[in-house]
Amino acid sequence: MPEAIAQVAIRVTVNGKPHSLQVEPRVLLVEMLREQLDLTGTHVGCDTTYCGACTVLLNGAAVKSCTMFAVQADGAEILTVEGLEKDGQLHPIQRAFGDAYGLQCGYCTPGIMLSTLQLLSKNLQPSETDMRKAIAGNTCRCTGYQNIFKAMQMAAQSIKGA
Amino acid sequence: MLHQLGNEARLLAGGQSLIPLMKLRFANPSHLVDLNFISGTSYIREDNGALRFGALTRHAEIEASAPAARIPIVHDCAAGIADVQVRNRGTIGGSLAEADPSGDWAVVLMTLSTEVRCLSNTGERTVPLPDFIQDAYTTVLAQDELVSEVVVKLPPKGSGGAYLAFKRAAPVYPTASAAVQLTMEGDVCKDAAIALGCVGLTAIKAKDAEAALCRQSITEKTLASAQEAARAAADPQSDMRGSADYKRNLVAALVKRAIEIAVRRARGERVEVSHIYA
Repeated sequence: MPEAIAQVAIRVTVNGKPHSLQVEPRVLLVEMLREQLDLTGTHVGCDTTYCGACTVLLNGAAVKSCTMFAVQADGAEILTVEGLEKDGQLHPIQRAFGDAYGLQCGYCTPGIMLSTLQLLSKNLQPSETDMRKAIAGNTCRCTGYQNIFKAMQMAAQSIKGA
Repeated sequence: MLHQLGNEARLLAGGQSLIPLMKLRFANPSHLVDLNFISGTSYIREDNGALRFGALTRHAEIEASAPAARIPIVHDCAAGIADVQVRNRGTIGGSLAEADPSGDWAVVLMTLSTEVRCLSNTGERTVPLPDFIQDAYTTVLAQDELVSEVVVKLPPKGSGGAYLAFKRAAPVYPTASAAVQLTMEGDVCKDAAIALGCVGLTAIKAKDAEAALCRQSITEKTLASAQEAARAAADPQSDMRGSADYKRNLVAALVKRAIEIAVRRARGERVEVSHIYA
């Protein structure tokens, strides 16, 4: 039998809900979210810090959750794609991605929506350059990005109008 | 602590290089010591003609910092590293301590007067950046020593700089990069610093290219000789990002563009610069 690996106790708030968890120190944040909390909306694409499918917000900042350890999130507030909708209502970003056909296979979409949220939380009038910079760390293999930019603009308008 | 853990222990700063390296089994540390919970290690202060960066200051914090914008080349660097997600985690101290030949910070800071403060149980020392980085992935840091602060002198009046990195896509390392900092007196270049990235085992100070500009006015002719000298100073490897010849040509082109922007900024013009994607 291999030696049991010590677990570390952490507290995290995920999508507004506090959790006390025991995690192995080597577990990545994305693994904890998907496997311990069953939040499988956060995807693993490349697992090499390139594609951004695993993007979540850590205290409001977009991070690649495959490139930090779960224990490093101790005390943090995390937002995943599952936390975007409120009371059964889609978030304006989710609605815009649907309405503007900002997705095809949908694999990159959770990460792109969270990168969009970080952008729109500071800038509701993003230029094309702002949008390109905001999702430069998110790879989409289907759409060619044009409808993603339309969705981002539509979401900005919708949040402004709300 | 590092002393007790032995040679195979590694410090974890932003983790944006070390964690991928561990996944690829290029790094296999016996212990990881996470520095992120130590308070007071992330700051940008202007003090006595210099900017002081705490070792764990994130690239994104530097990108958004008003004091850091006083050195435009520093802002160029911070705003162009990888992508938003990586800039939210990655740190200036981690980047220098890793000494990746393709890292951005070492190239940029080589053109400014930069010192690295190194801390251990037995004391503290300040090492000029060119002495700090010894080889690819190799610094002067002892096994029980860490980077505590990066100190960058504000350039004099009439000085301007630019940093350009050429990348296939945002998250990848550049194919080549060039940093230029010029101090102008009218049309004449009083002082020039030129560094090249990704075309050698460390950032390369292109001394002959600097000499080609010093005490000269910037004309087509001096530009061409600086470019030629930069091409000769580069020592690139052929790899999946391009052949050695291609990289030499690329770095020479980046040097030219960076000089032109540096001259305009030295005159006080505001010029936006971002990294170039293929």
